[in-house]
Amino acid sequence: MLNKVDENIYELPIGYKDGMRVPGRIFISESLLEMVEPGTIEQVANVATLPGIVKYSMAMPDAHLGYGFPIGGVAAFREDGGVISPGGVGFDINCGVRLLRTDLTVDEVRPVISDLIESLFKEIPSGVGATSRLHVSDSELTEAFVTGARWAVEQGYGTDEDLEHCEENGCLKGADPNQVSTKARKRGRPQFGTLGSGNHFLEVQYVGEVYDERIARRFGLFKNQVTVMIHCGSRGAGHQICTDHLEVLSRAVRKYNIDLPDKQLACAPIGTPEATNYFGAMAAAANYAWANRQIIAHWTREVFAKYFGDVEMPLVYDVAHNVAKIEEHMVDGKLERLYVHRKGATRSFGPSRREVPQDYRDVGQPLLIPGSMGTPSYVLCGQDRALDLTFGSACHGSGRIMSRSQAKKTYRGSDVRASLQREGIKVMATESAVLAEEAPEVYKPSHEVVEVVHALGLAKKVAQMIPLGVSKG
Amino acid sequence: MQYEFLEHTADVKFRAYGSSPEEMLRNAALAMFSVMMDTATIKPERVWEVELEAEDLESLAYRWLSELLFLFSAEMAVFRDFDISLSHNDMWRLNARARGEHIDRRRHSFETEIKAVTLHQFEVRPGDSNSPWMMQVVLDV
Repeated sequence: MLNKVDENIYELPIGYKDGMRVPGRIFISESLLEMVEPGTIEQVANVATLPGIVKYSMAMPDAHLGYGFPIGGVAAFREDGGVISPGGVGFDINCGVRLLRTDLTVDEVRPVISDLIESLFKEIPSGVGATSRLHVSDSELTEAFVTGARWAVEQGYGTDEDLEHCEENGCLKGADPNQVSTKARKRGRPQFGTLGSGNHFLEVQYVGEVYDERIARRFGLFKNQVTVMIHCGSRGAGHQICTDHLEVLSRAVRKYNIDLPDKQLACAPIGTPEATNYFGAMAAAANYAWANRQIIAHWTREVFAKYFGDVEMPLVYDVAHNVAKIEEHMVDGKLERLYVHRKGATRSFGPSRREVPQDYRDVGQPLLIPGSMGTPSYVLCGQDRALDLTFGSACHGSGRIMSRSQAKKTYRGSDVRASLQREGIKVMATESAVLAEEAPEVYKPSHEVVEVVHALGLAKKVAQMIPLGVSKG
Repeated sequence: MQYEFLEHTADVKFRAYGSSPEEMLRNAALAMFSVMMDTATIKPERVWEVELEAEDLESLAYRWLSELLFLFSAEMAVFRDFDISLSHNDMWRLNARARGEHIDRRRHSFETEIKAVTLHQFEVRPGDSNSPWMMQVVLDV
């Protein structure tokens, strides 16, 4: 059913499933393809049936089974005749990653890593039911929904330079706080400034390898340097916003006579009130997530200051990997405004895009690819070739290969902790069950995913980071 | 059988059964909380009243589980039992008393945090004299 059209590119032809408007394209190596479940291919085909989809329904090399879109799914829709769907964004709107760099080396940090992780674990609330140290009023929450990371910076959490190094400068335009329900506010307020649980984490790591000296230097990275990676999203606010609008969009599907192969692909034609309202709410959640990561970054800096004094910790970059955005792309030789959905996929813009921050413009934007717990993470650099192949997109992580229930049967949290400890990696988690669910072996090897992205020219390998310690939910 | 879990790589999928739609909804709620924690550790000392309505039973079932997740997230409530009554004429209505308590970190330990109830493969199948009512749910975790 899948035709190999080029090295690492497979095509799912129209006709594989009734109603497909465009072919599917999976950017993957042969060995990674063997790990992809049939359901994932089915989900690529389902997305191809949506009205107004442009070129292909795509999946990145870390593709795996999701709901609605596959995880690792990318699709763009034309403004005229296209749709917007929460199935292409997910419940954890603007789940994303940010990377802070330090001027410390691994030798300076390793001796205190245990205490450092314990302090980070204590200062940055995580886990099920964790409540924030932050107490925001209703109007402050509204401001955060509208202005994102800027709100946090204005409250003293970080600097203007941080905003320069966030995708969209940490604020997706078009956020409409009136489309955020009271319920979403009730869930969002106590969780503002919390990490969450599951695969979310805060990791202290160091640059183990530099693949591209010039670009690494541009991003401020060097071998043996200590970095901090933060992976989290929009918490209950985003989950509730998606839930609320999914119901509205399910009714819109009937109203606008859209035929769907999966109810989670509920959507509405761009320009209709249902689509506009969802976009406004989704953008508000995205902004909440950027503010959340900004606050957590600030607390991280405070903890580091206690240990290392006046340490500089600039933001390398902050990427979203669950989001829908309006972007301009070339389609058949014409520049078109498209609604690009990235569900478990990262934007990968090269030097030609004005969205890339000024100081990275000659190389491209950084992409941050977290590893699974205890395995390396990567910094890549966006390439213009991604614009031709994937609407400027690449992978977001490694992708699960073992279910959580299977993981809990196979591993014990305490064993996982001990084995990481033997490798010199300090782990703190609220619940040890999370450690079993997130054992390194339940994910695809992230280096293979990164190699495929690099080989295709979607993004370029810049550096690899090795974990020193992790704080998890 | 009250409920069973099906294999799903990234998320959690289950089927809940019941001899009536009320029993099916109750079992689905139990299944959902059992994903997060050992429900035997929950004391049924407080009651949350839930009133919902929807155009059809499937939408109502989605709203029911989503509402319980909302109460979990916003009010830190966990539940171990449910009295449900349904009625329908032009709309489906649900009145429920959910029994449980506020999260107590000393007694409750959590496994998987559920982000949301998805509509992916969401299904409610009416029962008859041969087979029970069934609903299938995929949770985003």
